Amino acid sequence: MIWHKETTLPKVDLVVLPGGFSYGDYLRCGAIAAKSPIMKAVKNFYEIGGFIIGICNGFQILTETKILPGALIPNTNQKFICKDQDLIVANNKTFFTSNFELNKTISIPIAHHDGQYFLNGPEIEELEQNEGIVLKYRDNPNGSIKDIAGVCSKNKRVIGMMPHPERAVDKELGSVSGLRMFESVISNF
Amino acid sequence: MTINEKVFKFKVEVILKKGVLDPQGEAIKQSININSLGNILDVKQGKLFEITASSKNREQAIKEVERICADLLTNSVIEEFTYYEVSE
Repeated sequence: MIWHKETTLPKVDLVVLPGGFSYGDYLRCGAIAAKSPIMKAVKNFYEIGGFIIGICNGFQILTETKILPGALIPNTNQKFICKDQDLIVANNKTFFTSNFELNKTISIPIAHHDGQYFLNGPEIEELEQNEGIVLKYRDNPNGSIKDIAGVCSKNKRVIGMMPHPERAVDKELGSVSGLRMFESVISNF
Repeated sequence: MTINEKVFKFKVEVILKKGVLDPQGEAIKQSININSLGNILDVKQGKLFEITASSKNREQAIKEVERICADLLTNSVIEEFTYYEVSE
């Protein structure tokens, strides 16, 4: 665990930005956390080719720092949505999804109010061409453009997703799809 | 604030760009029309910031406000801003 006021990262293989309403979602979700001292080091880590995962608020922080394209805005129904969600693996050539078959449907919980992914027309085409769409919603719950639930950077080493893989790591929790993702990470090192 | 500095006040308005869904604006519009408060075609909800800067001169203060707007107050993917100086 690294405190947000730190300015350097220790030697790590992977940086995980977890979810959790940083700064009470003031201004925009993730906007103030994106200016935390540690984020300069995270940005440097990205620039030298480091592996990063941002989950939920962590995804919002990665878009606010411009490490990942797009923005997360309030769900179209203006409600906090908390439920198991079917997702489609749209790209299995990333370090986080390589243990899945392409187009496989997996179940991972979502828990967000601001999960609607937005990106402008020309930029969304660029994201598609770069195979940047990693996960899609099967039954779009929040109005995300192109049903996008998760994206990756051009170098495929940074992934951001609104669903919570860490909440799908045991049969008792209803799904082990999240565990498969973390196993993908390990098998790629 | 040093002896050479003056106070400048600004108002900054941030609004969603065209094409970005604004469900809050839509809900407000529906409420206006349902309650017969007016016949409204569109409502957009934005944010208003009041910023008090301490700077050597107006030029410097404007430069700072522009940087604050671009770097923090807005996300250029979804929002745009305007600002103007106010007396008090």
